[in-house]
Amino acid sequence: MCLAVPARIARIDAPGQGTASYMGSQVKVNLSLVPQARQGDWVIIHAGFAISVMDEKEARETLRLFKEMAAAFPDEAA
Amino acid sequence: MKPLRDPAALKALLGDIGERARRLKRKPRLMEVCGTHTMALFRSGLTPMLAEAGVEMVSGPGCPVCITPNAVHEAAIAVVTGVEGVTLAAFGDMTRVPTRLGSLQTAVPARGSRLRIVYSPEEALDEARRAPDRPVVFYGAGFETTIPAIAYTVRQAAAEGLKNYAVLPALWLVPPALRAILEAKDVAVDGFIYPGHVSAVIGAGPYEFVAGEFGVPGAIAGFEPGDILLAIRSILDQALAGRPGVALEYSRAIGRDGNPVARALMAEVCEPFDAGWRGLGVIPASGLRLRDAYAGFDAGRRFGLGAATADGGTDPAGCRCGDVLRGVVRPEGCRLFGTRCRPDAPVGPCMVSYEGACLIHFKFGPERRGRG
Repeated sequence: MCLAVPARIARIDAPGQGTASYMGSQVKVNLSLVPQARQGDWVIIHAGFAISVMDEKEARETLRLFKEMAAAFPDEAA
Repeated sequence: MKPLRDPAALKALLGDIGERARRLKRKPRLMEVCGTHTMALFRSGLTPMLAEAGVEMVSGPGCPVCITPNAVHEAAIAVVTGVEGVTLAAFGDMTRVPTRLGSLQTAVPARGSRLRIVYSPEEALDEARRAPDRPVVFYGAGFETTIPAIAYTVRQAAAEGLKNYAVLPALWLVPPALRAILEAKDVAVDGFIYPGHVSAVIGAGPYEFVAGEFGVPGAIAGFEPGDILLAIRSILDQALAGRPGVALEYSRAIGRDGNPVARALMAEVCEPFDAGWRGLGVIPASGLRLRDAYAGFDAGRRFGLGAATADGGTDPAGCRCGDVLRGVVRPEGCRLFGTRCRPDAPVGPCMVSYEGACLIHFKFGPERRGRG
């Protein structure tokens, strides 16, 4: 039940309430736990509530790290 | 996040892990605390690859459906069968746990009562808002990831004066359960993969005692295959260096301090008590209940259900869910596994939940391959 998904805030609808885009659909998301979240931010959503705002810099860094590791094994390309 | 599933990157990480595992004095056994990690490990096929690299994985207690004792599930059944005109809202998995009274799915509701499956606690609150004359009880189960959302509905109901809303709490805290596992010494754990989304709320601090008092390393992980392997490599590095700590390998999603707003809300609405877990028994300050200021929203008090969580209770005859949750036996070690106990006719909750080790092993485990 701790399954949670990343999604982007499409708009803020009211204080503490917003709409997020997730895999092509729009879902209602409660933003009360992440008052710092703004439109366009990526958040982690669990049971209808955003519990964390994602750090784009850290996300890019993780992707870079994995691309680097993959490059070390070119014969295993996906 | 496709690169985190890139076979070449995963192979590189598995190579690193194998090399480090060989340098340790004994084969490392790591516990993935969270059921969502168990699912990720099995679905991605990483479990056998890790075994080949010399790392043994064991599942922990991170399944709220599983660790909630049957006494609490029976209290939920008592609400919908014993109270007329009530709506009991629950997460889907919670409705299928078999008890002496059947499950919420098989129970016959009292006159005018009904069961409603929800995805978010807020859906239960919305139902109470729509029909102010109809009592709505939310069977609120979860770890620290979910507790703030449940606490939110209680505080909101109080603010709006919604007297028809109540919560039947089954709220569990992860760090005290880890302490119980370490103190029981039933299973030797050389490292913990900490749950990424519980940590999104509590941060890294509450795990420090695992490293400081017990000398066991750990890392907070995300849920992509690459996230989990990064965490395992970090744990083995800590073990080799003799410097156990709490590494954060999910920094794109969470910070070391977690979510202080969510924690403040939990603390405002709930207070800790000595709760009974299936398999682990009573653990000091390991559960949350509603504070006296919110007593009116506690379904147990409102409907006189008594102290449902007095102890961990007993498993159904022959069922070893409790031992599976402590990591003492693997699902395949239970005589009922795959024979009398299957996903379509579960005996215990570990075969019900999508985070339950038995269901995951049954669906994805090596014993099933070739058997269709």
